[in-house]
Amino acid sequence: MATNDASTTNRLAVTFASCQTANRAALIGYLTAFDPDEEQSFERLCAACEGGLDVLELGVPFSDPTADGPVIQEAMVRALQSGATLDGVLRLAGRLRDRFADLPIVLFGYANPLLRRPIATVVELLENAGIDGLLVVDLPPEHNVELRQAAAARGISWVGLCAPTTPPARAARVMADATGFVYGVSLTGVTGSALDTNSPELRTYIDGLCTHAQTPVAIGFGIKHAEQVRALAPMVDGIVVGSELVRASLRSSDDLRAKVRELANACRRGD
Amino acid sequence: MNQPSKPPLPPSPQMLGSFGEFGGRYVSETLMPAVEQLAEQWPLAWQDPEFLREYNDILRDYVGRPSALTEAPRLAKALRASDPPRIFLKREDLNHTGAHKINNCIGQVLLARRLGKTRIIAETGAGQHGVATATACAYFGMPCVVYMGAEDVARQSLNVVRMRLLGAEVVPVHSGSATLKDAINAALRDWVASVRDTHYVIGSVMGPDPYPLMVRELQRVIGDEARAQMLKRTGKLPDTVVACVGGGSNAMGIFAAFVEDTSVDLVGIEATGEGVETARHAATMARGKLGIYHGMRSLVLQTDDGQLQEAHSISAGLDYPGIGPEHAHLRETGRAKYFGVSDTEALEAMQLLAQTEGIIPALESAHAIAGLKHVLALYPGQAPVILLNLSGRGDKDMHTVMGHLDPDALEMIGVREASGKKGTDGH
Repeated sequence: MATNDASTTNRLAVTFASCQTANRAALIGYLTAFDPDEEQSFERLCAACEGGLDVLELGVPFSDPTADGPVIQEAMVRALQSGATLDGVLRLAGRLRDRFADLPIVLFGYANPLLRRPIATVVELLENAGIDGLLVVDLPPEHNVELRQAAAARGISWVGLCAPTTPPARAARVMADATGFVYGVSLTGVTGSALDTNSPELRTYIDGLCTHAQTPVAIGFGIKHAEQVRALAPMVDGIVVGSELVRASLRSSDDLRAKVRELANACRRGD
Repeated sequence: MNQPSKPPLPPSPQMLGSFGEFGGRYVSETLMPAVEQLAEQWPLAWQDPEFLREYNDILRDYVGRPSALTEAPRLAKALRASDPPRIFLKREDLNHTGAHKINNCIGQVLLARRLGKTRIIAETGAGQHGVATATACAYFGMPCVVYMGAEDVARQSLNVVRMRLLGAEVVPVHSGSATLKDAINAALRDWVASVRDTHYVIGSVMGPDPYPLMVRELQRVIGDEARAQMLKRTGKLPDTVVACVGGGSNAMGIFAAFVEDTSVDLVGIEATGEGVETARHAATMARGKLGIYHGMRSLVLQTDDGQLQEAHSISAGLDYPGIGPEHAHLRETGRAKYFGVSDTEALEAMQLLAQTEGIIPALESAHAIAGLKHVLALYPGQAPVILLNLSGRGDKDMHTVMGHLDPDALEMIGVREASGKKGTDGH
C-alpha cells in the first residue's frame, strides 16, 4: 500500500500486464545467487536476463534447503562454499538492478537467513537492493504476517505459495496474502521433479488457482522443456523454471542464454 | 537454604504449538495440510480410550513396560563419599530395542495406521530411532524407509544391519555433513513428495507442531511411571530429575510428569563434545541462537548469517544442531536448568556406571551420569534424591568405546584400526 516510488512498486505488475498485452505468459527464471561465486553468478544472471527472462527469481543460499531437489541444493552448496551471505546476495541484486532497470527481481529463500536480522532492517536492505518481491518457502500464512507487512510498507510484494495438497480454505488465505503473484507448485514434490503437463489433475488445479486468485498466477516445479512451457502458457500468467536453468548455467552462460531464449519463445500463446 | 526456589511456570502450548516464543509450523505449503491433519487428529487419538488401550497393551506386552527403577548406591558413593545422594535410575535401557525411542515409534505408527497412511519414513542419527521405527513397522506390517547420514551409516554399521534385518530400507544421505540434520532434510524431501500416503515418524520433540507436543506425550509414560515408582519407593518426589538432551525427547518424557511439581528441579545435560570453545560440540543451549529450522523456531547452532552449523558429539544421538522448542522455553522461563558435559566426561561416566552398578549406559545416557556433578553442586552439604533417566543401553556404542577406552580389546579381538596402526601402543 505505502509506496515510495511507483517504478519500484510496480515492476512485477507492469511486467505481467505487458506480457498479457503481448499474449504471452511471463517467463520467471530461478538461479541461485553466488553459484558458483559472485562474479560468475553475475555473468550468468546477466546472460539469463539478456536471453529474455521476464522476472528473475534470485535464490538466497541456505545450508538446509528442504523444499529443493538435488540440483538447487548443490547450487546452494557451491554458493555457500564461495562465501555467499545475504549481504552479498543483495549486492549482486543491486548490480543487476543497475544493469536491468525494469527487471522485476523476486528474492527466493528460506526464513532463517532472512530473519537473523530485525525485520525492519531486512526490508530496508531489500528495498535498497531494488528487490520487488519476496518468496519465503517456509513462512506459511500462519507465520509471515510481520515480514509480509513490513515488506509491503517498503513496496515489496509477497509471493504466495499454493500446492496441489492445499485445501481450498488454505488456498484462499494464501491468495489473500499474495500481492505479487500466486506461485502454484505444480506437483507434490521438491523442485526439479518430473511434471506431466497433460495430466487432467494439473489442469483442474490450475483452473482453480486462476479462478480464485486476485493476482497473476504462475506455475512452477518440474518444468524443463519448451513443450511443457507451450502447453502451460495459455493457462497461466507466468511459468517458473528453476533447476533446468541452474543445470544449463553449469554448462556455460551461452547455453543458459540460449535455454532462456527457447523457453521465452515457448511462452507465446496461440500456436 | 532447604529448598532452592523455583518459578512456577508449567509450559502450556497455545495456538500452533507455541511454547512461549518457540515452536510453530515453519514448513512449506505442500506439507502444511499433513501437519494440520496431524494436529487435528492426534489429540482425538490421544483421548480415544480404544487407541490408548492398544498403545498401552503394546507397551506392556511388547516393549516390556513399566521399565524398572533401580537405585544406584555405589554410583552415589563414588560421586560423593560424604552425604552421598540417593540416585534412582529409570531403566529405559531395558526396553525392547534398548532405549526410550520405541515408546514414540509405537505411538506414531499406531496413529499413522489410524490416519490411513500406508508407508512410514524416519530419519536416524545413531540408528536407535531408525531401529525403533523399523521394529514398530515390522510389528504393524508397514513398509519403512529410514534416512541416515552416510557418515552415521559408517559409524553405526551394526544398527544399519539391524534395520535391514527388520525389513526396513536404509537410505544413506550423502548431502551436506552427511549426518543427522541431512537425514532429516532428506526425510522432509521424501515427505514433500509422498505426503498423501506417508507418515513421517520424527524421532524427537522437534520439528513442526504438533510433533514436539505429540512426541512428548508419547514419551511421558517414562515420567508417569517414574513419578509413581519414586513415590512408592521413597514416599516423596525426588529433588531433581536429570536427563540428557540432544533433540530432547527422553528428557521431555521424564520432565513432563514433574513440570508442575515446582519442588522438583529439572536438569538437562547437553553434549559439549570437544569443548564449546572449539567448533566441535552440540551445545545448543550454551551456544545456539534463535532460528527457524526443521519446521520450528528454536535455538539453533548457526553462523551470524543464518547458516546451520554442524554439531559434534561422541554420542551420535546428541549430535544435532537444534533442540526441541519446549526445552528452549523451559530454560527461558527458568523452569529447567541445562549443563554441558564433554566427550571425555561421558566416556568416564560410562565406565563409572558400568563398574559401580553393572549397567553399561548408552553414550547419550552417560552424559546424564556425567552431569550429576553439576546437579550435586546445586545441593552443597545436602544429600538430594535424584531421579535420572537412563535413556538407553550401551551395546550399540561398543565399537566407539573400544577405540577410546580399551585399545587392548581391539588388539585382543584382532580388529585393525582404520589408521592401520600395527599395535605398538597400548602394551
